Order: sequence, then C-alpha cells, then structure tokens
Amino acid sequence: MRLQQFIMAQLSSTLLYIAFIIYLIATLVFALSLSDKKNKQAAYTKRWGRIGYGLSIIGFITQLGYFITRWVASGHAPVSNLFEFVTFFGMMMVFAFIVLYGIYRANALGVFAMPIALLIIAYGSMFPRDIAPLIPALKSDWLKIHVTTAALGEGILSISFIAGFIYLIRVVDQQLSSKKTKLIESIIYLLLCVLGFIIISAGSAAFHYETTFSWKGTKGEKLENVYTMPALIGPHNGEQLDDHFGPLVDAPSWINGKNAPKKLNTFVWSLLAGGVLYGLIRLILRKRIAAAIRPRLMNLNPDFIDEISYRSVAIGFPVFTLGALVFAMIWAQAAWTRYWGWDPKEVWALITFLFYAAYLHFRLSRGWHGEKSAWLCVIGFVIIMFNLVAVNLVVAGLHSYA
Amino acid sequence: MKKKQKRLVLRSVLLLVIALAVGYTLYNTVFKDTSGNVQVGDQAPNFELTTLNGEKVKLSDFKGKKGVFLNFWGTWCDPCKREMPYMEELYKQYRDKGIEILAVDVGEASISVSDFKKRLHLSFPILMDDSKDVTRLYGIGPIPTTLLINADGKIIEKTSDSLSKEKIEEYMKRIKP
Amino acid sequence: MEKITCECGHVNPFGTEICEACGKPLQNVDSTKLINMRYEGGAVRSQTYKKHSIDKIWNFFSSVKVGIWIIVLILVAAAIGTIFPQQMYIPPTADPSTYYEEEYGTLGKIFYLLGFENLYGSWWFMLLLAALGISLVIVSIDRGFPLYRALKHQRVTRHNSFMNRQRLYIEVTQPLALEQLKTSLKKRRYKVKEENGNWLAEKNRFSRWGPYVNHTGLILFLIGAMLRFFPDMYLDQPLWIKEGETLAIPGTKTEDGQYYLKNNRFIMDTYKENDPKFAEALKKSSADIPSNYQSNVTLYKTKKDFLPGAKPELTKVKDYKLRVNDPLEFDSFSLYQVDFKPSQLDAFSFKLKRKKTDETIGEFTVNLANPKATYHLKKGYDITLKNYYKNVKVENNKELGSKDNNPENPLMLLKIIAPDVPKGERAVLGIQKNFELGQNKYRISLSGVKMKNVSGLTVKKDRTLPIIVIGGLIFMIGVVQGLYWNHRRVWLKKEGDRWLIAAHTNKNWFGMKRELQGISEETGMPVLQDQS
Repeated sequence: MRLQQFIMAQLSSTLLYIAFIIYLIATLVFALSLSDKKNKQAAYTKRWGRIGYGLSIIGFITQLGYFITRWVASGHAPVSNLFEFVTFFGMMMVFAFIVLYGIYRANALGVFAMPIALLIIAYGSMFPRDIAPLIPALKSDWLKIHVTTAALGEGILSISFIAGFIYLIRVVDQQLSSKKTKLIESIIYLLLCVLGFIIISAGSAAFHYETTFSWKGTKGEKLENVYTMPALIGPHNGEQLDDHFGPLVDAPSWINGKNAPKKLNTFVWSLLAGGVLYGLIRLILRKRIAAAIRPRLMNLNPDFIDEISYRSVAIGFPVFTLGALVFAMIWAQAAWTRYWGWDPKEVWALITFLFYAAYLHFRLSRGWHGEKSAWLCVIGFVIIMFNLVAVNLVVAGLHSYA
Repeated sequence: MKKKQKRLVLRSVLLLVIALAVGYTLYNTVFKDTSGNVQVGDQAPNFELTTLNGEKVKLSDFKGKKGVFLNFWGTWCDPCKREMPYMEELYKQYRDKGIEILAVDVGEASISVSDFKKRLHLSFPILMDDSKDVTRLYGIGPIPTTLLINADGKIIEKTSDSLSKEKIEEYMKRIKP
Repeated sequence: MEKITCECGHVNPFGTEICEACGKPLQNVDSTKLINMRYEGGAVRSQTYKKHSIDKIWNFFSSVKVGIWIIVLILVAAAIGTIFPQQMYIPPTADPSTYYEEEYGTLGKIFYLLGFENLYGSWWFMLLLAALGISLVIVSIDRGFPLYRALKHQRVTRHNSFMNRQRLYIEVTQPLALEQLKTSLKKRRYKVKEENGNWLAEKNRFSRWGPYVNHTGLILFLIGAMLRFFPDMYLDQPLWIKEGETLAIPGTKTEDGQYYLKNNRFIMDTYKENDPKFAEALKKSSADIPSNYQSNVTLYKTKKDFLPGAKPELTKVKDYKLRVNDPLEFDSFSLYQVDFKPSQLDAFSFKLKRKKTDETIGEFTVNLANPKATYHLKKGYDITLKNYYKNVKVENNKELGSKDNNPENPLMLLKIIAPDVPKGERAVLGIQKNFELGQNKYRISLSGVKMKNVSGLTVKKDRTLPIIVIGGLIFMIGVVQGLYWNHRRVWLKKEGDRWLIAAHTNKNWFGMKRELQGISEETGMPVLQDQS
C-alpha cells in the first residue's frame, strides 16, 4: 500500500516535469512557425503550427496523467492547495488553448498562450508540493466540481487576454513611444517578474539558502521567520540570527506581520529580477520588446484576433459563472450554512463576474471592439490573477490554503 | 394618447412597487434592530418556568391581569446587579397595582442564585431557565435585557440598558393595566 | 411622436432606425455605411418619451451606459470591502472601533470611520444592488419588446439598401443552384422562407432572447435575496449544545410541535501521523490536522401543545451523524455542524476521608453546571454546598463572584457534617485549591474530573432558496442560450437578372463566414464579401 502510493506520487511528479518540458518545446515550435514572414510559405507555417499543436496536446495528456496519478496517490482531487490549484489552472489554460486553436488555427495564440501557461505552472511549483490531507470543510464532492469548473472558466477567459494582448502588440503603433507602448511593455515586464521570481526561488532552493530573523511585532510579541531568498529587506529592527548575506535595508515599521517582511523581500526580488531580465532583452533587441515581436504578427488580421478574444469570453463566461459562483454557492450552502458570505475569495469571484459582464455589455451594447475590448481583456486577466494569487497570499479568508 | 397614459401608469406602478420593496428591505436590514427572535410589537411567546422556590409560573397566568416586567439576568453580570435593588424597591410599590416582575436567570446554578437572592433581599419571583430554552426563544443576546409586556400580552419595549430607578418606574407606569 | 410609415407600407413605432418589415433604413438614408443591426434597429422605448418625471427616472435606468456604471460601482465597492476583513470575519471578541486601528494602523481607522467594516450590509451598497435590479428590469423591458416586435415583423423581401449595407454581401448575375442551396441550408438547420422568389434563411433566433432570459434570472435572484428580510422567510440561529444535553432547537416551533435535539457525543478525528498518503505534509505540520468534526445527535419533537421551558414530552424523530458538509434536514430546517469547544469541565468527583486513619468514608460527584445543595454519603455523613462560583473572581479585593456562567474555574464552599462533628467543618475546593477553615478532622480530595465536549451548531431555515435556485438556473440558461448560439440569417433577393445575397450574424462572424464557405463549396454559391 505504502509503496504503491510512493510510486504513484513519484510518477505524478515525473509526469508533471515531462509535461513542462513538452510545453516548452511546443512554445519553441510555435515561435518557429511565426518566424516566417512571407505569406507564400504558408505550408511551412502550417506544418510547424501542426507540430506545435500536436505537442501541446501530448503535453496536456501528460499533465492529465500527473493529475490522475496524484489523485490516486492522495485519494482526493488534487486541487486543494495552492500548488495543485495553480498548476491545474495552467493545465486548463492549455486545454482552453487547444480548444480555441482547434477552432481558429492561429499559431500566434500558441506563441503566447503556451509560455504564459508554462509560467503559471512553474509559479505554482514554487509552493509546497507535499500531498496534504483535507480538512473537514473541504471534504465534499463539490470541492472538485467547483474548483475544476472555476479553473476551466478562468483558463478560457485567460485565452481572451492572450488574444487581446496579441491584438495590442499587432495594432498599437510602435514608431513612437506612447502611453500604450509603455503599458504593453509593462505587461511584458510583469510577466518577466514572474519568471524572475521563479528563477530566484529555484536558485535559492538549489543553494539551500536560508537565513533567520527575529524581531518584535506590534504588540511587542517576539516574531521569528526564516527567509528562503537572500535578504535584501529585513524586518524592521530585526536581528539576523546567523551570518548569511543580508539585509541591505530594513522594512518600514508598518510591515510587521509574521510573514510580511519576507513577502516584501520576495516581492522586491521579483521586481529586480524582472528588471534585469527585461533590461537584458532590451539590450539584445535594441528596441521595445513589443516592437520586436510586432513584425512577426503582421500577417494576422486584427479583426480575426479580436474575434478570438471575444469568443473566448463568450465561451468562458458561462463556464466561469457556473464554476466560480453557482457551484460555489451550492457548496457554501452545505459547508458554511449560507450560499453567500462575502468572503474575500467569493467577492473577487463576483468582481470577475461583474467585470466580464461589463465587458460583454460594452461590446454588445456600446460597440467596444478592437483595441478597447483588448485592453479590457488585459484588465480581466489581472483580476483573475489577483484572485488567484493575491487574495490567497495577502487578503486570505476561508479560502486560505494552508 | 391613451396608450401613452397607460404606459405612464404602468411605469409608475412598477417603479413604486420596486421602491416599496427596496424601502422595506432597507428598513429591515439597516435601520431596524432585528437581533433576537422576538421584537417589539409581537405577542410575547408563552413559557413555563420553575421559580427558585419550586413553583411553576406561566407567562399566560398574567395575561389580561397584570403587566409583566420580564428581566433576563445573571449573578455574574454587574449591570444586572445594579438594577436589582431598584427593581426590588419598585416591586414593593407596584406589585399591588397590577405589575409583576419575572426575573429569568439564564442557566445558572441554583445555589449561586439563592445566595444572591438572599444577599440582595429580593422578593420578586426568580425563574430558573436551566436549559436556557426560554432565553433562546426570546433571542436574548447581552444581559440584562428587559422586555415590557402589557396586560394584553404584547411586547411594548425591549432594552439591554442597565436601568435607573426612574427608568424602571417609568416602565412600570407604562405597563400598568 | 408620429409613427413612421415605410415605403413598403409597414407602420413603425417612433424612433425606429430600420423598417421592421423590409429593413429599409429610416435614418441616415443616403449613407453607404454598414447598418447598425443592434436591436434590429428597433426603437428603444425610453428614447421616445421624455415628458413626465416618471419617464425621466425610467429613461435614466433604461440606459445601458447607466447599467454598466452601476456594475462598475458595485465592482469597485465590492473590491474596497476586501481591503481589510469585514466585521463578521474579525475575532468575535474584538471591538471593531479599536480593532481596525490596532491591526491596520491609520488606514484601518479610516476604513472603520467610513463604515467599510460592514460594507456589504450598508444602506448605500444595498441601494446600488437595488439600482442594478431596477436597471435590469427597465433595460430588458425597453429593449426586449421592440426586438421581439422587429424580429416578428421581419419580412423575407428586404429593401436593397438593407441588403447592400450588411457586413456580408455580394451581388451576382450567375444563376444559383437553388435546390442544392436549400438542402445545404436545411442541413445546417436553417429555416428557409420564400416570398416572390426571395429567400430568408434563419436559424437560432432564440439566441437573441438569451440576454432577456438571463436578466429575468438575475432579477429573480435579487428578489430572492431581498425576500430574506421579510418575516418568516429566514432563520439563522446558533446553538451550543453539550454532550448529554437535550435542548429546544431555537426557531423550530411548527404548528404541530417544537423540535428538540439531544447531543449524544461530539467526535473530532485527526489524521494519523503514519498515514502513508500524507506522511510528508503531516511531518511538517506542528498541529494535528482534523479529518472530521461530528456530532451524534438525536432529533425529537414535542406534542402539539407544548410550552417552552416546561419539561416536554418527546417523541424521537431520528438519529443523525451531523458532520461538516452534511447537514441534518427536517421540515424546512437544516442543522449544521459549525464549531465545537473541546473538553469543558462537567463534573468533579470527591472523596471524603478521615484524616487520622486515611479511611475513605464516601465519594460524591458535583455537577458543575447546576450542583445539588446536599450530598448524602452514608448515615450521619452529609456534605452541603454553601456557595458556588462557576468561574471565580475576587471583587473589590474581598468579595467572591463569578466572571461568567462558564464553569472554567469553579470554586465551592462546602460544609462537612459527620457524627463526631455535628456542627460541621468547612472547606473550600476549586482547581488546585483545597483549603480548610479551621482544624478539620475530615479531608475532601479530588478523585475524578469529567469533561464534556460542546458542539457548536447552526439552525437555518431559508425559504428563499427555491427562488434563488430558479433564478440562478434561469440565469445560466439565458447566458448559455445567448452566448453559445448565434442568430444567423441569409437573405437572397432576385432583382431582375441579379441576385443580391446578404448575411448577418449577431456574433461570431468567423463561424458565419466558415458556414457560408461550406455552403459555397457544396452549392457553388459565390462567397460573400466582408464589407467591414
């Protein structure tokens, strides 16, 4: 029994790792498919696109293998902690991509969707990966039904961001620096920050870096925490208990929760690493990143991309509503005695719902197509990410995963 | 033109209905104290409890005869302790004028309560709500909570303040049949 | 306010942009721009009457722009409410007027001063939700009916300027393979209508009702949420019940009796540390991880004539294992396992011993919730309880009192009566306290402690649930109906030796074009041009 579970758990991690590699290759293949600028070599584009698509599907099936084996190993659907949920969300994004690519056959979608899904999966892998038991409130069939449907909805809605983002890179004039080009660059920068976070986390873990601080909290209580990234920012008036590298500065006095200085340190590291990555790429390209990508997208018809973006919302919105609100309410009624309780995660699901409802009304009744619509999709993705990450890590409520 | 008028009437009616429903909801949620199950204006739910001396008392015994000063209290609660002597003083004055005081102790040990009663020389009946069923029935939150029940059995006041002598006297006058 | 008579003879309501019947543009007649097909060019009612103040209110809420603003305002307000926890999520013992400032500094204080600690229950947030409801009602009435009218009245034969100002359009002189075309359209579930050799092929018109269906669902949902505040619709009561206790379940009095509940036992299970599945995670966790909270209860009911407080005559209804995620349902009520207090002091057992010989005279048990006054041990030996404090404290440095009604730190003043001490000896007993007042011959010592768990339950009744469920269901149907299907139409018009062909879809033009491509491949019909 014990051995079997151990094997399953090992197999599961391996499968996730393999899926990750396949996604990476698929991304490169999709990128190759775009590198041809001339229309006449359509066959070339088509061939590479087909290979990329095939790889995406194989990768997805591999990740599905991870999901199933982990389910077997733990005895419950692996969507119960941040690692499991975030990687599952990445998987649903790949699935949504597979569906929409199946309809529209747009290689550009793969070039952006796959790396962002990769980024999300890698980000999820930075959280503790142990198979954890379920607390009584989570022991319900509705856990899997609610979480998986919500993640699927969010995955499909994310594709609308991907398409919207492609639209913006394709359409916004890159001749001159403008507010819009700056915004696009900052989105790219933020994505690079996530990559930066992953690199620093993985790097620190590889060197087993750890340093411990002790300091006083607001009520004079003694707090202690272990940093797993080199300490740039220590706690306010904190004392370092070992002689490892650190801290360059102290956190402001109001950041004094148990985990707050550590989170601030991580946050600053991510911004710095993102900055370095962005700077390096700019140095190599010698122009704005979006300006470098844009020529490769010139074959795309903007209306076509706009339609993909809208279609993703049209497909994703009902799925999201069903998973994140309807199923959530049914479960909440059984687990917490009320279908709605204004818990932060619930509220942010409602905000996401309201936001996309507003999007649909802008589009259908006020004729917001194209660029405006694409910017809205970017904001929508920010809201989804906020609900996925910040609400759990910063706001927390009933949904705070261990 | 007729059609236009009909439309106006329809619109007015619809808006009015919505306004009323929303107004009522707002009144209920924001401006009205809905804590507890029993509210001012309701008929006081009947109950039967045993006094410290072992007699059974029904609220309905007083209906049509006396106004009831229904007080929920506990020995550990200081504000309760403060108002008890005033209640005792006024009870002597008003017991023959159609007022009954029922002091419901919320689930304490009878030993503690009888000691308390002795120390404060209380003569009004103290009802022992061992299971707190009646306390829950009345949805009592913080104590002391006093309900004024007139001779018709209707609740005309509910308060969680610690009462002064003047206030208690005023209340007694209000429920005098 | 006149009605507009189109040249085709159809009488349109004031404000109509495209003739309901033939589609001839009634405004911007000479333009060659594509026609705005939103609401089929029907007159949005609000924009037509602006006289009375009622009309002004109506028109305000009829605007989709206003509707979107309301959505955005609710969205922003909802987001603000999550900056700090709402009052219902801060510790119940904390005082909100100081809690927010202590925990979150100046911002927390501002948050509290602005009343955001109870944002979702505030009057202005409720008004925003009400405004959304009104907007939903009026927007739907004002747009739904004209749209229905326009789609019902549409004719097969359309005006030329309707045709050539559609996004997908082509004009050809070549003959069309009409029979094949019809089969091809029917295969794609189009309904084909003919009139003087002109065609209208249409499918999925029901998709256009999607928004109105989902708005109806939302309105029902909001009505359901509002009904909660009407009498007798909603009940939410806590019930703390100790093991062994039988209590009336508050709020569950029905016409034929009152429900009672007995808590037989509370159980908390935790994961075993050697659980092979979770070994790694359990090793890292410092505390035990609970796997189950459960109250084994028995539900009873009284007879019809029942008096609260009096000892009831109970009939057993059923036994139930009440767990998280598995409430007990009875009548219109549900009972939930939500909380617990483990191991609360319930009873102390004592032994009375003669000091000299250490001989045990007898044993007695004191129920800490409501102790008896006298304990008879054997002939001549009695213990009387002179005074009792459940949770002892010293008041004003001299007097004893109790902090509250929870037997957390009980103290008893006892009198021991024995044949050789008829006047009695006095002793004080409590947790780690055992004093004797004077030189006693007898000694009381603790011989046992009994603990009991207390289950925290919630009683709920929610008569609004059916409306909420139906509202939600209708909403989902409406959303799916509106977003997963597309209303598509193809018009063919014979004009001399020319064919005018136009097509329209309310969304997903890519799909429409692909469908036309397919039809073209099957029938040789020319591919329509995208004029956008």
